[in-house]
Amino acid sequence: MLACARSTLATLEVKQLSAGYERARVLFNISLEARAGEAVALLGPNGAGKSTTLKAIMGLVSPTSGDIVFNGRALRGLEPYEIARLGLGYVPEDRRIFTDLTVAENIEVARQAPRAGASTWNEERLFKLFPALAALRDRRGGRMSGGEQQMLCIARTLAGNPSAVLLDEPSEGLAPLVVEQMARAILEIKRARVTIVLAEQSRHFAGRVADRTYVLDKGVIRSA
Amino acid sequence: MSGSALLLQFLNGLAGASSLFLIAAGLSLIFGVSRIVNFAHGSLFMLGMYVCVWLAPKVGYWASVPLAAMLVALCGALIEVGLLRRIYKAPELLQLLATFALVLVIKDFALWAWGPEDLLGPRAPGLTGAVPIAGRQFPQYDLFLIAIGPAFFVLLHLLLTRTRFGILVRAATEDREMASALGVNQRGLFTAVFALGAALAGIGGALAIPREPANLEIDLAVVSDAFVVVVVGGMGSIPGAFLAALLIAEIKAFCIGLGYSELTLVAEFIVMAVVLIARPWGLLGRPIAELRGRDQADFRLAATKPMLAMLAVLALVPIATSGYALVLLTDVLVFVIFAVSLHLLLGPAGMVSFGHAAYFGLGAYGAGLLVLRYEAPMELALLAAPLLALTGAAVFGWLCVRLSGIYLAMLTLALAQIVWSVVYQWDSVTGGSNGLVGIWPAEWLASRPAYYFLALVVCALSVGALWRIVGSPFGQALRACRDSPLRSEAIGINVRAQQWAAFAIAGTFAGVAGSLYAFSKGSISPETLSVPRSVDALVMVLLGGVQTLVGPVLGAALFTWLEDSVSREVAYWRAGIGAVILLLVLALPYGIGGLLRKWSSR
Repeated sequence: MLACARSTLATLEVKQLSAGYERARVLFNISLEARAGEAVALLGPNGAGKSTTLKAIMGLVSPTSGDIVFNGRALRGLEPYEIARLGLGYVPEDRRIFTDLTVAENIEVARQAPRAGASTWNEERLFKLFPALAALRDRRGGRMSGGEQQMLCIARTLAGNPSAVLLDEPSEGLAPLVVEQMARAILEIKRARVTIVLAEQSRHFAGRVADRTYVLDKGVIRSA
Repeated sequence: MSGSALLLQFLNGLAGASSLFLIAAGLSLIFGVSRIVNFAHGSLFMLGMYVCVWLAPKVGYWASVPLAAMLVALCGALIEVGLLRRIYKAPELLQLLATFALVLVIKDFALWAWGPEDLLGPRAPGLTGAVPIAGRQFPQYDLFLIAIGPAFFVLLHLLLTRTRFGILVRAATEDREMASALGVNQRGLFTAVFALGAALAGIGGALAIPREPANLEIDLAVVSDAFVVVVVGGMGSIPGAFLAALLIAEIKAFCIGLGYSELTLVAEFIVMAVVLIARPWGLLGRPIAELRGRDQADFRLAATKPMLAMLAVLALVPIATSGYALVLLTDVLVFVIFAVSLHLLLGPAGMVSFGHAAYFGLGAYGAGLLVLRYEAPMELALLAAPLLALTGAAVFGWLCVRLSGIYLAMLTLALAQIVWSVVYQWDSVTGGSNGLVGIWPAEWLASRPAYYFLALVVCALSVGALWRIVGSPFGQALRACRDSPLRSEAIGINVRAQQWAAFAIAGTFAGVAGSLYAFSKGSISPETLSVPRSVDALVMVLLGGVQTLVGPVLGAALFTWLEDSVSREVAYWRAGIGAVILLLVLALPYGIGGLLRKWSSR
């Protein structure tokens, strides 16, 4: 009875997911869930399949089997833009800032109408979350530091007013001071009741922000 | 040349630049977001011309311009929804072919709707006069055109930087997957961009009407000009297109103004060469991320025995007949050599050449000129003519191997178009549009069966040689360069040198086919090296299947037979061939060879 109630509360549920690239299989029957407002970390070394898991959820990699359910909707077979419009945000590992576009334009690309049951992020609120971005509003994405790009990348995704976000190693390659800022920002996002799935290599960083962790190794969940 | 004449030539160049910019900007925008090079862009320009001539008497010239733009935009949107949407993930060669099929279909549509004659349109009301500039008369309309280019440049710039639509277009141009993951629906965006690009082409066509009549030849001429502009300016860059349009148009204007109109093409070629060597992605372009990998590995059909059996059967044919069948079979043999030579570039070397007919034509013209102008014996001409093709392929190949993917394809097309123009315009040597007549084989080869045997022997030797080359260490190295240039360099393969050699070899064999062709027909015309002939070869290879050398052999045979029967029976055969190409691209992307493989692996 209790288990049943839990699963209906789950915002994002991944069941028996397998995926890979061409002939290389990366994920083997992964199952995980994140409940509304929860921050879940996906821990594991390089090549464990963390990024592939997030990409498969986002529709950027086609799963070979399994199910992905988000707010009661099955995501498999949907286009990435359809998934994004259901209120699932994605922050890729390599940031993928539009280098030709300014900070404001990057945010504009991701803008969606306010969503019932999710926090609304306008430009003002985003700049409050990342004060460093406010001064760079008209700076081109290609002319920003790595830390600034990472902030923009998260801000951009929040502009879609998502009810859940997938964060792929947001602390990677950043200076310790910036990592600290990032952790505080993620906690702030969590306080806004945005569900978070965080892929991380750093146990320390994950421990600061996540309520629960899954450990992923060679495409298999080792412990939850 | 006096100062005032210089000024007028400069103004002429500016007027030409406007028109070039309109078409190149559309091409560039479409490529930016969809990564498709729209071969049919010149055809949309042509449609704009015809629609304008058609509507102008009914609604007046000025009203017909926006109407033409809208109709052509609608046509562009239909093309995107009906065709391109299905092939965004296909290899780029198939995409190019699909849009070329549209060229054929649109050309026959225009022929059906408006007839074969050039249609003279009205002059622009209110701008029919001339203004004195530096003591000479300059047409008012040309001044208007000079203003149009920068005006559209500014409008496009505002659209791209100040509107949400423009921001999304720029985001999708840079990283369409990420844009999608942020909730941007690309379908609508792609359709809108295609319609916008088509509208620009339509406006370009309609605005050209007061200066030149609507005609059926303009489509390829315009699109290859636009290719040059886009390659020089940089794919996907609107400022680049503007800059390059100015550069190219001014060069043209000055060459014509100085009385060296023949020099135009050479000058254009030199500019392109210099830019590409210094900045391979164009003046303001940037490297394009390769979007698609190869989706099917090569295979060698175990076809040696069937091929030898076929050779034996073919050797016996003259016993049964010496009629038209023999002529047709000789054609087939010639085109088998041609297609198999192109296959070396497309398959193992992985380089899409859209101008292979240039080498075929150089072989044909080489043979013709040796026999007619230098009175060389036919046997010598047959052997020496491919050397001309080799020279051409070596020069062009040197330039082409500096590029890859879509840039390379566009460059090969532009180069072939230059060769075509030279042959077409150089009356005193090549006979111009009339071509060369009276290129007959030596007496002992003059009979149909004798010439057929010659073709059979040459074909067998050529296919055998290419078969060996593909399987040799050189062929393996070529495939390595195709599959991973970086790793090939790292293990000590000189990628450019390998690819250059492939160009030279493929060109030489195409020249062999061309020279054989010239003696079989007795006369040749510029059509021998036109772009449609290059596309014929591509269709042959794709029809057969690019993954195996047997493919082009089958494809060439089937295509030559089909073209022969279709063009004799059907009035609008070009559209028919276009339909066949579309069918091929949509339904049979791996060709007959792919089908055979599927069957044999069952």
